[in-house]
Amino acid sequence: MEIINFTPISSLIGGGLIGLAAAFLLVAKGRIAGISGIAGGIIYPENKGDMAWRIAFVAGLILGGLIYQWSNIGVGVEHIQAMASTPTLIVAGLLVGIGTQIGTGCTSGHGICGLARRSPRSLVATLSFMGSALVTVFIVRHLVGG
Amino acid sequence: MAALPWIAALLAGTLFGLGLSVAQMIDPAKVINFLDLFGTWDPSLALVMFGGLVVNAIMTPLILKRKRPILAEHFRLPTKIEIDARLIIGGIIFGIGWGLAGYCPGPIITSISFINMDILTVLLAFIVGTAATRWVLSKVS
Repeated sequence: MEIINFTPISSLIGGGLIGLAAAFLLVAKGRIAGISGIAGGIIYPENKGDMAWRIAFVAGLILGGLIYQWSNIGVGVEHIQAMASTPTLIVAGLLVGIGTQIGTGCTSGHGICGLARRSPRSLVATLSFMGSALVTVFIVRHLVGG
Repeated sequence: MAALPWIAALLAGTLFGLGLSVAQMIDPAKVINFLDLFGTWDPSLALVMFGGLVVNAIMTPLILKRKRPILAEHFRLPTKIEIDARLIIGGIIFGIGWGLAGYCPGPIITSISFINMDILTVLLAFIVGTAATRWVLSKVS
């Protein structure tokens, strides 16, 4: 193993902001900041009366990215590139959508909010997606990609 | 003030998107290097989760001492406690997708702020996967 590009300060600050955002949504709206759940309620709504705050939150996710770019903090986005071919991106996006709806949560809802509430379900979900993501990268980078 | 709840949600989303950006989770190379434990490992994202968890683990119990949220009638927390196969299978499927391209749902959406063909591709596939699964789940349950 070789450790590269470690950015402890910006990672801790970014993580802290994410934690603050989740705590603020909980105290203001009483909701868990699970992105796949919030977005799922817009993409395929179960309750049309429950849309406005979801759309506002998702708009905020994009606005947060724009503020990051406008304010010139951090390393910017110019260097960012997709790490996979178009067919792989399609398969990946589909699997992320399918898996988060079947498993009722993603990195935010299970990984940050659920673990903070000490939810056993979220612990199992987090271990499942972390484990399969590690195995997937190992296979793609070291077995297939060689 | 009917607008207050969605202004609060906009603010929460903005902080979240800024956090994802500052933490560079919007860079799939950084995410995949974090997941590449046996190659070029970048431990940064462990600290993103750690930072988010510590803040949240301290604040959540304090918040839940309140009788209700500030701008809503009651807290809406997940009530299900049983650990079933669906939870694990869903997690595994999501993890494969996350590992293949380095995109989980938050970064997919925040990356719309600098959208290009690759991001649009992942976004549309994510929307199709989400919609199809929710449709199927609504039929079977």
